[in-house]
Amino acid sequence: MGLALQILTRSLNVFHMAGSACNNCDIEILDALTPKYDLERFGLVLVGSIRHADVILLSGVFNKKSALRAKLVYEQAPKPVVVVAIGGCACSGLMFKDSYNWDQPVGRYIPIDAYIPGCPPKPEAMIAGIVKLLTKLRSA
Amino acid sequence: MTTDYLHWLAQVLVFPGLLFTASAGLVTSWIDRKVTARVQMRVGPPFLQPWYDFLKLLIKETIVPAGGAKWLFLSAPLLGLGAVTLASTIIWRSQLAPHQGFVGDVIVLLYLLTMPAVGTVLGAFSSRNPLASLGGSREMKLVMGYELPFVLAVLVPVIRAKSLRLGDILAVEPSALAASGVIALLVSVFCIQAKLTQVPFDLPEAETELTGGAYIEYSGVPLALFKLTKAMMLFTLPVFLVALFGGGMGLQQGWAGLAAGIAKYLGIVIVLTLIRNTAPRVRIDQAVKFFWGPLTVAAAVAVGLALGGW
Repeated sequence: MGLALQILTRSLNVFHMAGSACNNCDIEILDALTPKYDLERFGLVLVGSIRHADVILLSGVFNKKSALRAKLVYEQAPKPVVVVAIGGCACSGLMFKDSYNWDQPVGRYIPIDAYIPGCPPKPEAMIAGIVKLLTKLRSA
Repeated sequence: MTTDYLHWLAQVLVFPGLLFTASAGLVTSWIDRKVTARVQMRVGPPFLQPWYDFLKLLIKETIVPAGGAKWLFLSAPLLGLGAVTLASTIIWRSQLAPHQGFVGDVIVLLYLLTMPAVGTVLGAFSSRNPLASLGGSREMKLVMGYELPFVLAVLVPVIRAKSLRLGDILAVEPSALAASGVIALLVSVFCIQAKLTQVPFDLPEAETELTGGAYIEYSGVPLALFKLTKAMMLFTLPVFLVALFGGGMGLQQGWAGLAAGIAKYLGIVIVLTLIRNTAPRVRIDQAVKFFWGPLTVAAAVAVGLALGGW
């Protein structure tokens, strides 16, 4: 598993799942993938199919319905896979935590490897979070 | 007798077959990604990135979709990989030893280079995913579209050399020096862009609306083989064009000839990359119209010129 994660961290294919997000986090994720930040330097590219994914980015508030979809998407992903919660909503529910259709953070449904809070987090914050995650995986 | 078989096996598996073509293909795919990055004014991936991508897919879980045709789904990538390995072996063998090729190897190559597309279509339809079957049907239409002008364009060097053997085509004056050869080369550059399913002809994959299209259900080792096949095609097809139109990779003319051959090959690769980076995707009806219309007419004109001795 150690070697597998070593290689995985060199070539991360990112799949982006928005669960009823307000789109701010999604826009910042796309910003982080623009030529300005050039994440392909680290082998990080965006893919369209969950079967090709190594990283699942979750953004938005995952309510009772969309959390089940997130679980489904997580089960469809080929393992090993890393899950990252982007933004305050995905991390904790933020101001929607007392909403009628919200019961618990999405981290209770699927295991999350990194939390990147912020409303929305800046691309720099996301890169810092991903780098911290990579360092943790490589030293594990 | 045994040594003959061993020699033959080494040629298919090591040089100039699987191992050599795969390494060269991964290097070519790095060149493609690096040039893309430079066009977009960024740094781009490190040299070993294609190797990392390939190794990573080997360790990932392989998922077979429920209800899909399991054996066809898993064996479809092998069809394309085997075909492109054989094609590359034949192309390089006729350059290493021009007189040992067999008559009609150009026809065999045309068939072998279509096989990866057939593998993609079979894999797409066996995965039982609606988006994949949409991608598969687009791939079939695209094959029918580009094969006609491509075969006509390949006819031009065949007519000029009066032989169906790649070794004989390499022996005569390069076709790219004649008017008919220039037109045929231009036509075949567009055709191999479609053969590689690169933008503007990436309809079967269609990242934006089919999210991976034909390959959508593939993961792990089969996906790695598909990506490797594509990288090997990115290496084999430009070498095939250089052999047909540009007088080959210059293996018989020493180091200077080899350098010139590599320059011609890199030229074609970079033209393909630049087309990929500057053109938006076309619809399937536009693609088929483009191939059966202007390109087929241009290729037919080139064939006529070649028959007239131009």
